Amino acid sequence: MSNYTENELAKDLENQEYKFGFTSDIESDTIEKGLSEDVIRFISAKKEEPEWLLEYRLTAYRGWLEMTEPEWAHVHYKKPDFQDISYYSAPNQTKKYESWDDVDPEMKATMAKLGISMEEQKRLTGVAVDFVMDSVSVATSFKSKLKELGIIFCSFSEAVQEYPELVRANMGTVVPHTDNYYAALNSAVFTDGSFCYIPKGVRCPMELSTYFRINQGGTGQFERTLVVADEGSYVSYLEGCTAPQRDENQLHAAVVELIAKDNAEIKYSTVQNWYPGDKNGLGGIFNFVTKRGICGTRSKISWTQVETGSAVTWKYPSCILKGDYSIGEFYSVAVTNNYQQADTGTKMIHLGKGTKSTIISKGISAGKSQNSYRGLVQIHKNADNARNFSQCDSLLMTDECGAHTFPYIECKNSSAKIEHEATTSKIGEDQIFYCLQRGISEEKAIGLIVNGYCKEVLNQLPMEFAVEAQKLLTISLEGSVG
Amino acid sequence: MITIKNLHATINGKEILKGLNLTVNAGEIHAIMGPNGAGKSTLASVLAGREDYEVTEGTVDFDGTDLLEMDTEDRAREGLFLAFQYPVEIPGVSNINFLRTAINEIREYKGKEAMSAKEFMAMVREKSALVELDPKLASRSVNEGFSGGEKKRNEIFQMAMLEPKLSILDETDSGLDIDALRIVANGVNTLKSDKNATIIITHYQRLLDHIIPDFVHVLYDGKIVKTGPKELALELEEKGYDWIKEEMAL
Repeated sequence: MSNYTENELAKDLENQEYKFGFTSDIESDTIEKGLSEDVIRFISAKKEEPEWLLEYRLTAYRGWLEMTEPEWAHVHYKKPDFQDISYYSAPNQTKKYESWDDVDPEMKATMAKLGISMEEQKRLTGVAVDFVMDSVSVATSFKSKLKELGIIFCSFSEAVQEYPELVRANMGTVVPHTDNYYAALNSAVFTDGSFCYIPKGVRCPMELSTYFRINQGGTGQFERTLVVADEGSYVSYLEGCTAPQRDENQLHAAVVELIAKDNAEIKYSTVQNWYPGDKNGLGGIFNFVTKRGICGTRSKISWTQVETGSAVTWKYPSCILKGDYSIGEFYSVAVTNNYQQADTGTKMIHLGKGTKSTIISKGISAGKSQNSYRGLVQIHKNADNARNFSQCDSLLMTDECGAHTFPYIECKNSSAKIEHEATTSKIGEDQIFYCLQRGISEEKAIGLIVNGYCKEVLNQLPMEFAVEAQKLLTISLEGSVG
Repeated sequence: MITIKNLHATINGKEILKGLNLTVNAGEIHAIMGPNGAGKSTLASVLAGREDYEVTEGTVDFDGTDLLEMDTEDRAREGLFLAFQYPVEIPGVSNINFLRTAINEIREYKGKEAMSAKEFMAMVREKSALVELDPKLASRSVNEGFSGGEKKRNEIFQMAMLEPKLSILDETDSGLDIDALRIVANGVNTLKSDKNATIIITHYQRLLDHIIPDFVHVLYDGKIVKTGPKELALELEEKGYDWIKEEMAL
């Protein structure tokens, strides 16, 4: 699968601690902690937003005040104090960069540490990157090249300014601000994110990528991503996340909306490596994310995620299969170690005829962590001949961790065909002994076995991401067999 | 090559090896035969360094170093190879990736540079032909969906790739049909040199029709109780192990 050698892996393994735990010394424009209508007005004014968007935010906020935090997930954590978070933090630079050369050297250094050298990306891989630090999108590459094809790929704020009608027509149509507690919060206070529009019949020639980074202490990150693929178009979108090591818990509450019009295809891949907290469970990111896509006729949305980070993860990338013969896919690897908790899965809502969904979920639990798969397959009464296949596998690395599977199936059409397979296994001592006997060290053996176990999912990722994900898996499980 | 003296080993507190002595020199092939439960597979596991077993007494010298002091992976890197009685499946990990990792770990241990992809692939082609292993199997996941015979041939293929000093074949002949047996034997014979040695653990004499041992040992109740030339295997086949038991009782 890769030309990434085992020696490189060995080098990576030497660096066992969370390697993105640095902070960058970039001056930020951060507002006082606390949440109120005034704060929301401040954010909106700061971003020079149109009136309708401020109204949207305020409506969401007022709704949120009436809501209560969901408790049904199989996770335990101290509820965030929403008055103790700063809702706006932007790297202190006002102008938008005309070219890469104008970017603050400190910022460039940060990106280099994250492994996104824009210059190299430009030359070698042909990935267009939008970089979101704390709350603000700081750089988007390849913009002009994409523009020739009519593709819009920019920060969310820029889209609000440049393409307000496009944003207004689509935003909140898949994840309304009334959807859930964290989606409502995000709708009220989101500061930036990415926007992408692929015109009719256009096949986006490169991977589009957003890199999210929480840098500032005491802040939360609330970004929105909106991807609209017009009829017959195709786009592959990548999302990566990291954050510095801090003793406090930081909140990340994002909303991602995907709209695949008739005959369009969106492939959305995430490698989530937010700081998971230390080995005693101190600190780490609370990752409460709402991701959902809606499919037109014969369109397809495919979610692939590799989740290794965050102290608590709560996320269910979902597909509303509204159009006839549309397809939804969910491929997931979720790794939890130490005291991490993950409650993740998907929802496949079959509305149209002949709709099809596939769910492949691989959970890996180590340390004292808890890892849950929660999925809903819903077949509505008009969804004739809908099909679903779900496979949920859990791999346990120690005796102290937990793996849980909560599959929900609701079927209102008797022509549906639904299959569900689930396995739970403990990493085999026989497998490890076999590797050791061939001269392979225990760490590498675990890396091999775990990557093999996740192969079906990793194969769905674009090449550069797959290599990155392989390394991450191995590093996350360092020394975790017991 | 290897000198085993007064080896005692237990599993879950039960003593299986009860003072085993064995010396194998470079260039030799030794066959160890014995009835079920005599301790044949235990010997293989103890030498390879399986954690479930505890060595309570005795020494094992492997080419001048104390084998029992070494970690499992270092024993392998020093050239000890075990062909498993029940080869393990590792889903999703290709045979090629598995072997390349192993070879490069061993090379790194010895302070050598990693093998180039080209060199490695050439070696795969050469060695897979030796055991008539379908090259397609080399790209498949380790032992997953392999037939019994393919698994055993894959063990010999790995042995050929890793070029060990001492190979221990644990019941490699079990479950093989005549053709597979011939192929496996041919592999072992081709790999034989005056620098390496082989210990063949087996129940039956039939493998020894194809691989001619220099010595045949009878393992009974945790000890080597009889050693002889290759003809001893035929005698055992004819008379059964009861003959040994009777002789022991005398």
